[in-house]
Amino acid sequence: MRSVLPVLTVLAVIVGIWYLAVAPMNVRVALDQAERAGEVIVPEGSVPRREVSVWRLMLSNSDHVGLGYALERPRLPTPAQVGQELWKTTGAMVAKGRPWSKRGLIYHGWITLQSTLWGFALGTLLGIVGAVAIVYSRTAQLSLMPWAIISQTIPIVALAPMIIVLSSQVGIEGRGVPKAIISAYLCFFPVLVGMVKGLRAPETSQLDLLRTYNASGLQSFLCLRLPASVPYLFTSLKVGIAAALVGTIVGELPTGAISGLGARILIGDQFGTPLAIWSALFAAAVLAGALVTLLDLIQRITLKRMGMAT
Amino acid sequence: MSWLILALLIWLGGWALNSWLAHRSNSRAVRIVIPVIFGLTLLVVWEALVRGFGISPVILPAPSTVAQTFAASTDILWVDFHQTVVKGALRGFAIGAIAAFVAAILIDRSAFLTRGLLPIGNFVAALPIVGIAPIMVNWFGFDWQSKAAVVVVMVFFPILVNTVQGLNEASAMQRDLMRTYAAGYWQTLVRLRLPAAMPFIFNGLKIATTLALIGAIVAEYFGSPTRGMGFRISTGVGSLSIDLVWAEIAVAALAGTAFYGIVAWIEKRVTFWHPSQRG
Repeated sequence: MRSVLPVLTVLAVIVGIWYLAVAPMNVRVALDQAERAGEVIVPEGSVPRREVSVWRLMLSNSDHVGLGYALERPRLPTPAQVGQELWKTTGAMVAKGRPWSKRGLIYHGWITLQSTLWGFALGTLLGIVGAVAIVYSRTAQLSLMPWAIISQTIPIVALAPMIIVLSSQVGIEGRGVPKAIISAYLCFFPVLVGMVKGLRAPETSQLDLLRTYNASGLQSFLCLRLPASVPYLFTSLKVGIAAALVGTIVGELPTGAISGLGARILIGDQFGTPLAIWSALFAAAVLAGALVTLLDLIQRITLKRMGMAT
Repeated sequence: MSWLILALLIWLGGWALNSWLAHRSNSRAVRIVIPVIFGLTLLVVWEALVRGFGISPVILPAPSTVAQTFAASTDILWVDFHQTVVKGALRGFAIGAIAAFVAAILIDRSAFLTRGLLPIGNFVAALPIVGIAPIMVNWFGFDWQSKAAVVVVMVFFPILVNTVQGLNEASAMQRDLMRTYAAGYWQTLVRLRLPAAMPFIFNGLKIATTLALIGAIVAEYFGSPTRGMGFRISTGVGSLSIDLVWAEIAVAALAGTAFYGIVAWIEKRVTFWHPSQRG
């Protein structure tokens, strides 16, 4: 709790810098617009102005710098503009009674969330199965572990368009499955590594104790290794779900996507509406924050119930 | 059908061989040979499946086809590699890493800032920052500058967070010892705290290697000169030259692994004293 004040201070500084940066970023566009509206700008014409630095422009046209804060298509929107756009595409839609409109971010966020959760489930499952195989089979450990590490150094985004093409050729309609595969790929590694660590967390003396109880392999797995791995599992799940969201958004970026937050970014780029890009980015950030917080909550409750809370 | 049976046999054979090797010795050679055999089996099974099912090369080319294309178009691949990895990813990585390192040392002087920035940095490091790619392409143009900019933003926060955490790694006892030597701030930093932070810094750098390539490739989907790996992949998918796309993916995989490997190798040299590097 004692870090609330520092965090708020740093956030305030970031927002402040952002506001200050808006003026130099937008001054050229703002001056072009003002000139078209009939104002007198020094120097005249947007082409000669390209030779002048933004600071000189801001000094010599100080009356018109304020215009940069209210552009319709800014290079850098103000935080307030982004907030308004976010509200317009979420809260205002709900107020109008059309929360699921395809023009709103709730619909697109839901599409992204679905793929993220499917990918997360798949990736977690693969990660846990892989970890069990690695812990119990030496062959699997020696063959799989190096490739699991190498697989993470391969930029999956290079594969993303291929996965989308492949699955559409195989006859899978829509984008849900390929996106889930991409996010599962990114999510599986943290879970695998965390679970291997967790399943190996019990000490030899504990394993020996179970052996003196004549516990079978399955029993010692269920009663000792699995419970011991839970704290590790949750830590890696939090990393994994953030990675799954990144994977889904990357899967939505290659051309052709129409729904999802990544597609909003793409469409915002194609139609030249920066506000749509920024609001989709912030919606993705909110989604990531919500998912990680939710998992953190589940972790606290579970560990408390298991008597492992620290 | 015979191809499918062959695939199955090779798979079982490879696994049996690995299993035999794994239970026989624990030497360094075995640790390298086993994953190599596993990888080769995967490739052969892929080849056999493509032939067995008669899959069209437009959907999924066999590894042999990809290898031929790779050998035939090394000049294109090299140009793309140079544009994306050397110009975009590496420059962005260097700028981002240096900026994050300097920022971490500045922040570290104030406990207040550290407490404020760490949670934010951790949060931002988990965000899908690749989404800023179209904004950066809009700001910095189509050439490598915009790709490097995306990479800078992507690698900045993981390295920053790890470095700040690492700088707090030296224990109070060790710092007190430095004080008894009458060491100043900079001496303590250079002699004690930076070396102690190195495992953390390298952890951040290793995470950042993959992010750098991802950023550079994704940014090219949003506009690039007519070269670059992301450009070739997105146009290759459109023009159905899938074998070239796979060759490009192979380059990306090799570049990613090599980049990671180099950083890991430097880490081994720098942090030879750390428990994880011994034994």
